[in-house]
Amino acid sequence: MAEHITPKRTYIAVFAALLVLTLVTWLVAQVDLGWANDVVALTIAVTKALLVLWFFMHLRYSTRMTVLTALAGFFWLGIMIFLTLNDYLTRGSSLLPVMGK
Amino acid sequence: MDTTAVARSPITTTPETAFERPNYLNAAYGMRSWLLTRDHKRIAILYLISVTVFFALGGLMAALVRLELLTPEGDMMQPDTYNRVFTMHGIVMVFFFLIPAIPAVLGNFLVPLMIGAKDLAMPRLNLASWYVYNIGGAFTLWAIAHGGVDTGWTFYTPFSTHYSNTYVISTALGVFINGFSSIFTGLNFIVTIHRMRAPGLSWFRLPLFIWSHYATSLVIILGTPVIAITLLLVAAEKLLHLGIFDPRVGGDPILFQHLFWFYSHPAVYIMILPAMGVISELVAAFARKKIFGYRFVAFASVGIAVLGFLVWGHHMFVAGQSAYAATIFSVLSMLVAVPSAIKVFNWTATLYEGSISYQTPMLYALGFIGLFTIGGLTGVMLATLGIDVHVHDTYFIVAHFHYVMVGGTIMAYLGGLHYWWPKISGRLYPGFLSKLSALLVFVGFNLTFFPQFILGYLGMPRRYWSYPPEFQVLNVLSTAGASILGVGYLLPLCYFIWSMRYGKRSGDNPWGAIGLEWDTTSPPPTENFYTLPVVTHGPYEYNREEVHNRMTEEVSLG
Amino acid sequence: MASSPIAETHPANTAHHHPSLQHQFDTLEQQKESSTLGMWIFLVTEIMFFGGLFLAYVVYRSTYPQAFAAASHTLNVLMGGINTAVLIGSSLTMALAIWAAQVNWRKGIVLFLLLTIALGSTFLVVKAFEYREKFEHHHVPGPNFEFDGPQPEHAEIYFSLYFIMTGLHATHMVIGIAILGVLAWFAYKGKYDSSYYNPLEVTGLYWHFVDIVWIFLFPLLYLLGAHLHGAAH
Repeated sequence: MAEHITPKRTYIAVFAALLVLTLVTWLVAQVDLGWANDVVALTIAVTKALLVLWFFMHLRYSTRMTVLTALAGFFWLGIMIFLTLNDYLTRGSSLLPVMGK
Repeated sequence: MDTTAVARSPITTTPETAFERPNYLNAAYGMRSWLLTRDHKRIAILYLISVTVFFALGGLMAALVRLELLTPEGDMMQPDTYNRVFTMHGIVMVFFFLIPAIPAVLGNFLVPLMIGAKDLAMPRLNLASWYVYNIGGAFTLWAIAHGGVDTGWTFYTPFSTHYSNTYVISTALGVFINGFSSIFTGLNFIVTIHRMRAPGLSWFRLPLFIWSHYATSLVIILGTPVIAITLLLVAAEKLLHLGIFDPRVGGDPILFQHLFWFYSHPAVYIMILPAMGVISELVAAFARKKIFGYRFVAFASVGIAVLGFLVWGHHMFVAGQSAYAATIFSVLSMLVAVPSAIKVFNWTATLYEGSISYQTPMLYALGFIGLFTIGGLTGVMLATLGIDVHVHDTYFIVAHFHYVMVGGTIMAYLGGLHYWWPKISGRLYPGFLSKLSALLVFVGFNLTFFPQFILGYLGMPRRYWSYPPEFQVLNVLSTAGASILGVGYLLPLCYFIWSMRYGKRSGDNPWGAIGLEWDTTSPPPTENFYTLPVVTHGPYEYNREEVHNRMTEEVSLG
Repeated sequence: MASSPIAETHPANTAHHHPSLQHQFDTLEQQKESSTLGMWIFLVTEIMFFGGLFLAYVVYRSTYPQAFAAASHTLNVLMGGINTAVLIGSSLTMALAIWAAQVNWRKGIVLFLLLTIALGSTFLVVKAFEYREKFEHHHVPGPNFEFDGPQPEHAEIYFSLYFIMTGLHATHMVIGIAILGVLAWFAYKGKYDSSYYNPLEVTGLYWHFVDIVWIFLFPLLYLLGAHLHGAAH
């Protein structure tokens, strides 16, 4: 069975990168950047997730079908959040028409 | 789909000897051999029994509803009881019949056969799926036995989480568990169709039944987990008084509805896509013609699956979402009708100049095409924001979804059962009686539900246990229709069981149909094929000369 | 049985069968691809399962930003951070367990699986301490809830989501640890080597996914109010 074997040092490098990114995300969170806090935090989280997916979960060596499956899952979550926010972000100031903030 | 002469299995031609050969039914006897089976065909039969039981239960609830609605006054039961009856009718029918029936019965039986495989990719997961179904069913039955739930099958909050004092938690748990059964089946189908097709069986040589079950499985995988977490939240909120959906503490009941309908709308496509797959097979077989626009139908299946996830807000037009969101959902809902319409056009085009034979399965297929069209068109009416605002929560809605779910899915299920019954059991059923039943179902169905369109348009609300006297005539017609429909459903139950013992032996391919499932014995051996097929042509090759020559003489059922 | 050039070379008719090859598959490769694809599809269901909770979080966070920030500020970021590192470490050891199988190092498989279990258990222990702290501060939603800060009702929604999301995550960890225990036993018995280590691979996928969920939970739950000053209890 032809198999790509990821060397140990790659795994350890990814591990180190993940730890560094965790530290960075904590550091940035200490500073109040307004809405940018969210953007940075999510960007770092997505980067970490991609590292795990690509190296630890072997997406790097997987079939196109597998990659498509993984992408589809996150994309569908995106659809659910996006179309729901479509409602919430266009409602005006309050959640319910009768309730105040 | 022709197999080369060399690779074809040496099938015996006499029904008797074929039947006495080892097949999946006589391979082993006893409860253990059934309850611990890994054979997808036996699991399909286990599912057949389970879904029939739940269908009967749901049908009983429907009968009670229709009986109460014979008179304008609420005189048969308390209003709270009526709420429980229609709720349990909905929950049982949706989650324990409509969603599993075609995939778990026909899909389980046929998917490996149609692709030339020995079994599904994960046989033990398949069996687990059946057990999980029954465990979920047990929770729900327990709840029913203790009085059930009165929230409507939609479990809207905060009524379900804060005000209802019925068995919401156990019912929600029952449905939650049942969801895993659905997920296991969908997962199994996707892996099987991707990885276990016979040599030469490329994607565009697959029967459309497979395409639609593939599309259904995509919906199952992407949607079911969301209802799972939603019901879990409802149970947690009710148990622990959390407040996530409670407006008194800043929660939003509409968030529940978003989460609920994100699954429950695609769920209706879980119900209809397999049915459409059955219809494609029936139309091809009984018009003796390849399906017109095969690729369009295949892509339409996937299109319905994908678009179906973008429209859920049309259930919430009057719930309180923003007008902007409502408009977007309305437009998207119009779009999803397009692939469904493409299918109806293509089936019709297939029938045109086909060599049509009016066997029982074809009667169901023709009924489907008409009734699904009505249901679908009224769906487009409901997608229109301006109309829905007026008819929401009236009998118009009830009629619409019964046209697609009963006139659509159940007709297709019955048609499929009648078509593949010889394959499943090796037996034939009485021809005249089966055609009569089909007619009773068609007439009974229309008499039951067409008046409901009128009732809804005239303003009769749904989920009401009493109504103004001017609506009585239409309600009486509806109840009369329901009793005819009931007879139409009861007859097949009787003659199918009868046929297992007394039915004429069918032979391997009584319809002279084309498909890998027909290239093996009826009933098939446990491992499906004596020699695994190699595929060299596309499906439904009814126009080929050699195919005409080798078709067995069509069996006349009476 | 029909005899033909096609039938004879058909994989199903060849005599060689790996002991772990299941009957419905023709080759071990097909089996491996099937189970891997199956696990990825299951993970998609998990994305949507947790996804519902993330949706609820997004909706309420955007509606009650101050209450959420104040409530988040009461979480112990140090413990959360340690747990993040622990979980990332367990992903490393999980990946190394598979590597050990690929290079036929039986003892290595067992070692790394046990390390993964240990790290996963550490995570749960730290979580237990965190929960206890929350309990002591009356931040558990329900009749005993108290919150000393703005909009306590909305903060209660935050804590509901906190407990459900981390609780569901922890449940997944418990299940994962149990499965890893079984695998460690089988590995000890010599069941896995470079020709067959599929159960490790698919369990690894599950484990890494649970790690990814935490990768998102940590910033969203713990770091929201990190820039706020002063303790709100």
